[in-house]
Amino acid sequence: MSFISALGARALGIVSGVGDFTRFLVALLARSGIAVRRPRLVSQQIHFIGNYSLLIVAVSGMFVGFVLGLQGYYTLNRYGSEEALGLLVALSLVRELGPVVTALLFAGRAGTSLTAEIGLMKAGEQLAAMEVMAVDPLRRVLVPRFWGGVIAMPVLAAVFSMVGILGGWVVGVLLIGVDAGAFWSQMQGGVDVWQDVANGVLKSVVFGVAVTLVALYEGWHAQPTPEGVARATTRTVVVGSLAVLGLDFLLTALMFGG
Amino acid sequence: MPESSSNPQEPALSLNGVALGYGDFTVLSDISMQAHAGQVVAVMGGSGSGKTTLLRAATGQIAAQSGTVKAFGQDVDAQSPAGLRALRQRMGVLFQQGALFTDLNVFENVAFPLREHTRLDEAAILERVLAKLDAVGLRTAAHLKVAEISGGMARRVALARTVVLEPELILYDEPFAGLDPISLGITARLIRHLADQLGCASVLITHDVAESFAIADQVYLVGRGRLAASGAPQELKASQDPYVRQFLDGAPDGPVAFNYPDTPAFEAWLARQPGARAARGKQEDRK
Repeated sequence: MSFISALGARALGIVSGVGDFTRFLVALLARSGIAVRRPRLVSQQIHFIGNYSLLIVAVSGMFVGFVLGLQGYYTLNRYGSEEALGLLVALSLVRELGPVVTALLFAGRAGTSLTAEIGLMKAGEQLAAMEVMAVDPLRRVLVPRFWGGVIAMPVLAAVFSMVGILGGWVVGVLLIGVDAGAFWSQMQGGVDVWQDVANGVLKSVVFGVAVTLVALYEGWHAQPTPEGVARATTRTVVVGSLAVLGLDFLLTALMFGG
Repeated sequence: MPESSSNPQEPALSLNGVALGYGDFTVLSDISMQAHAGQVVAVMGGSGSGKTTLLRAATGQIAAQSGTVKAFGQDVDAQSPAGLRALRQRMGVLFQQGALFTDLNVFENVAFPLREHTRLDEAAILERVLAKLDAVGLRTAAHLKVAEISGGMARRVALARTVVLEPELILYDEPFAGLDPISLGITARLIRHLADQLGCASVLITHDVAESFAIADQVYLVGRGRLAASGAPQELKASQDPYVRQFLDGAPDGPVAFNYPDTPAFEAWLARQPGARAARGKQEDRK
């Protein structure tokens, strides 16, 4: 009996958690007018969040590109079609690795700092102070950060893919000696703007919403103690990363499944 | 300064038979007090006596369990979110730790209420913020980050931020705690000066007897879950009430026990401890 009630309590907890999370999203969207009226608040956050993650995203993109160049060459070489290396690298990055790996890095880098910042603002009574100043902290603090994250993510994913393609080119063309003309022309001919690029951008926007929302939600609901903030930061990485991978499967099935 | 719509005779803050607490737990009951424009009112009491809870009720952060809390003649708990925001715009609250925004520098912290609630241009904001920082002696610290200033300075910056909108009611939560004697004296004089100059009602939540008696017009002493005494500082000084005497003289013996009362939860916890027997033995000896 206690097992059943424990199971029920857990199920109810999950359902109410999802409901809470959805209400949090709706509350942020309903207050998003400030992002239009005071765009400087959002641009500051884009600068802040984007700058934080730019270096790690670019360096990771380069190494992923290197690896794709190597692995792709050895596989394609078996079938004598190494000219398609450019196409393979570009499609892998634009459709899949760019948005997904960027979102995972974003959760680890910018997401954790967002959670810790909001959690510590709460612990330092900064959010309560804002509230008694008749300023809504959801509107003033969270909304600019939310849109900052949502806008920064596709840009970072684009940087990741671009650097990754250059990495693939360095390994494939410069080091291994794949024909440069074939590398670029296959890519040009095979990558579709709507089917591949636009879907990749759409994915990164969805991941941006998911990761930023998880980070802000965890910070907002963190226990205002050092331990509570530490736990919330960890949850941001775990929940954010799982959400990205789960959503990626769903989106891939919807976009490319048919 | 927001337009005042209330009757000047009406108290800026009044509590009438208020009980406050969290959940089923009641911290304070049957509290009645008033703060009028131009008056400095000190609410005093020991640590954990519920002083800060009183402040949270005044700002509408918690609802009264019974009785009414009125700010500017309006029931705080009966307000819509917009109504509560309108009331809060007429109040200033100085938090115990200052609660400065760590992502903004000193200047932007003080400018924050102006940017959020007024349409002043940059020149007017600069002038007003520097004037307020000057009043707390920190004009030349305007460019510093919050992390670069000391705790005492942070409290003074927070004070400048609290008064920048020139509120009609200012609530100070422990304004003297942790200040050096010089800052303490300056802060006390500043609080009195603000009340006289702006004509605002000031409520001090404090346990600092000397400074608050020097500047307060009216003192409310809370203890043992209710209002223990109230009156002008001179009246309280002359009081022979044992609680008042114990508090003012700082005596360890009196109606307030220094030791936290024993509870069954503590006994149960103690019994579970690995060294319980030895500890219990020692406790017996102590008794």
